[in-house]
Amino acid sequence: MPDLSIVVPSLLNGITTGALYALVALGLTLIYGVLHIINFAHGALLMIGLYAVYFLNVQFGVDPYAALLVVPPLMFALGYALQRGIITRASHGRDENILLATLGLSIVIENLALYFFKSDTRIVDTPYSFETVEVLGAFLPLPKVVAFFGALATAALFWLVMARTDLGKAIRALAKERKGAALVGIDTEHVYAVSFGLGIACLGVAACLLLPSYYVTPQVGHGFILIAFTIVVLGGMGSFVGALLGGFIIGIVEAMGGLFLGESLGQIGIFLIFILVLIFRPTGLLGHKA
Amino acid sequence: MLEVRALCKSFGGVRAARDVSLTVPEGGIVSLIGPNGAGKTTVFSLVTGFHKPDSGSVAFRGEDITGFAPEAIARRGLVRTFQIVQPFAGQSVRENIAVGAHLHIASRREALARAGEVARMVGLADRLDMPAGALTVAGRKRLEVARALATGPKLVLFDEVLAGLNPSEIRDVIPIIRAIRETGVTILLIEHVMQAVMSLSEYTWVLNQGELIAEGKPRDVVADRQVIEAYLGKGMAERIARREAADA
Amino acid sequence: MTAMRSLLILLAIFLLIGVAPFAIGSDFWLNVVIMTLYAALLGQAWNILGGYGGQFSFGHAAFFGTGAYAVAVLQVQLGVNPWVGMALGGALAAAVAAFIGFCTFRYGLRGSYFALVTLAFAEVLRILSNSVDFTGAGVGLLIPLARGMENFQFATRAGYFWVVWALTLAAFLTVWWIGNSRFGAQLTAVRDNEDAARALGVDAFRVKMGAIVLSGFFSGLAGVFYAQYFLYLDPAIAYGPEISVTSLLVPIIGGMGTLFGPLLGAVGVHAISEGTRTFVGEAPGISLALYGAVLVAMVLFMPRGLAGLLARAPRKAHADEAAAAPATRAEAGRAEASGHA
Repeated sequence: MPDLSIVVPSLLNGITTGALYALVALGLTLIYGVLHIINFAHGALLMIGLYAVYFLNVQFGVDPYAALLVVPPLMFALGYALQRGIITRASHGRDENILLATLGLSIVIENLALYFFKSDTRIVDTPYSFETVEVLGAFLPLPKVVAFFGALATAALFWLVMARTDLGKAIRALAKERKGAALVGIDTEHVYAVSFGLGIACLGVAACLLLPSYYVTPQVGHGFILIAFTIVVLGGMGSFVGALLGGFIIGIVEAMGGLFLGESLGQIGIFLIFILVLIFRPTGLLGHKA
Repeated sequence: MLEVRALCKSFGGVRAARDVSLTVPEGGIVSLIGPNGAGKTTVFSLVTGFHKPDSGSVAFRGEDITGFAPEAIARRGLVRTFQIVQPFAGQSVRENIAVGAHLHIASRREALARAGEVARMVGLADRLDMPAGALTVAGRKRLEVARALATGPKLVLFDEVLAGLNPSEIRDVIPIIRAIRETGVTILLIEHVMQAVMSLSEYTWVLNQGELIAEGKPRDVVADRQVIEAYLGKGMAERIARREAADA
Repeated sequence: MTAMRSLLILLAIFLLIGVAPFAIGSDFWLNVVIMTLYAALLGQAWNILGGYGGQFSFGHAAFFGTGAYAVAVLQVQLGVNPWVGMALGGALAAAVAAFIGFCTFRYGLRGSYFALVTLAFAEVLRILSNSVDFTGAGVGLLIPLARGMENFQFATRAGYFWVVWALTLAAFLTVWWIGNSRFGAQLTAVRDNEDAARALGVDAFRVKMGAIVLSGFFSGLAGVFYAQYFLYLDPAIAYGPEISVTSLLVPIIGGMGTLFGPLLGAVGVHAISEGTRTFVGEAPGISLALYGAVLVAMVLFMPRGLAGLLARAPRKAHADEAAAAPATRAEAGRAEASGHA
């Protein structure tokens, strides 16, 4: 049994990573909860966010955290456009067609990125990239700690929007009862697109918080997408709190799994959880009826 | 033929079926009526295996089929149609009916032929090669009937096959239902169209808010005070009686 | 089109294709025909489960890779003859399909959830094969050169051509049978409306299991062919997304749920990849990006694929009527929950 001095940092690492996973999953679960779409392009869109942050830094010297003012709104616009322009037209009466459309989008986005940016790994160089913070005797990289609080803050902001604003109410109404929402004058197409946009904006925030401690390549989304799905399924499709909880659980499982089983086998643990939950409890820990 | 005993089912907080019991004798046409939301389709779903009852039992031709899967029940000769018509949209009328025929017929050619026969019986012969999705509402209702019939059932549960039809369409379908009974099939109808219930059904049960409130010959049941109130509201039975007395 | 007529057309087409090794002198073009047939095989396999069964799998590589690794591992590690390996590979792929089918269909998993689970299974297998020694881990497996028919390796391309031609013909004949049999009628009924099908006595679970096992079997055979044709395999090739995407792209382009769709789709996919190679060069990513764009375009504008364009016009007009009914399962589910007796 490895001693505490190895387990604790690993655990804390898992928690900080988990917060970011939760943020990514939040967008996914919002999109599912409102539009009933499983957004296959979520990972690829995160990758776009990361490249945006990267180029803002490298070309214009914008600090990734300052990019929080620029990238999330841009990502929101991108999400809005994608939903309104493409995704909403894909259904033709079958839910799976939407899944295929988002699959297609993810392939296009990823491979265009591959074509334009090549597969080099890129990182940003910031003055605080290598600073550490001491927590419970472990030394955590500063960017990860910032990411942790940033993710929580975003989640809280998110919750406020959903619970207290008119927009939030419109979104919740639409999620529950489409015809009723239309009848009371809610512009359903617009609100759907806004919801999708918000989900993608979450990716923009995640990208700003993530890049300082991570890297970007065209395939970086792959690492996140199945994890995000696992979290959403575990926490319950459409459940906000479930996404947060699920994010932390998976972050810890990944860290502990990696510690005890080595990185690749640790990943299998996550996929197995995914498969098992989908099969035996598709509503997840906290979700609404599937 | 069909014995339903004390069937109970709740969905969340809603008690959709409360202690429903009825017995369908072989070889007749009987019906289940009641206002909207009474739980009639729920009873059908419970009997044909689409939902499991919380308590109670269903026996078909002496065998306890409570909780069996729908396909197992269909294989035993008990089939149902759906209130919200569900054709196999991309396929032709003939192909749709053939699926029913295949329950007992293995050969594709024979099943397709049988489909043609059944289509003739319900009046769809002229539309056999049309895509089922292109049928009018009346056509789709006949398709539901045809599909169920093609399985060679002993007992059919028709769920509002006349809903959405205009009077002349209804007049056309009633003899078809009678003809089906002539071939030896027992029929249990859920119906709102009273003229059909009166002219076809020998016996009827009335469901209101999940509970059976009356049963008997249609003519008697329709005059029952509780039944009138179930459909028209409290106090209506008296008002009607008063008005009739005044007119007399 | 009657059953007999479609069978005759099918046989005529394959007879025509069968002339290729005699008529085509160039090795390059013979390879093009081989790879097109191979794509048609992959697509037809997916079509059984996705087009006829209505269950969209995003992880068909799970079956392909199992067949491929089976024949490779049995040969390289255990010296088993590759022809025997082919039979075992197909059987093993079918077994994996049965397992996945049992886990998912038994519990009523369908639609997008099913697609995700198949994806997860393929990923799990990829990671496993990447970590385990007898599959060569990340380095992969090289099948040693040993020319000779008994070793499933041929001196000329023609030998490989006949193998893939036979496998693809078998797959197409199977799908022809599906389209004209009770099994197929029940399968498509379940696809179009599972509840209505069950109300007519169709055992939805059994029928879906049949579809996934057949589908997995043929995918596995495609994997076996790949392994013997290229003599090299690694986890990314065997279980990676490229195979899964090609498997679904081919029938989507050509027309899901049709007999000839995968053939049209295979030609289409090849046209795309050759086209991009000529006009944009071999840069990584560009041809896949185009595949993705085509996929999106197909879903948006031609959900019935190329075969849908060629089918009778009335079908197109009636797509609108079908769309007028509760549009998606999600909506229908919501409608049911909010209103009915």
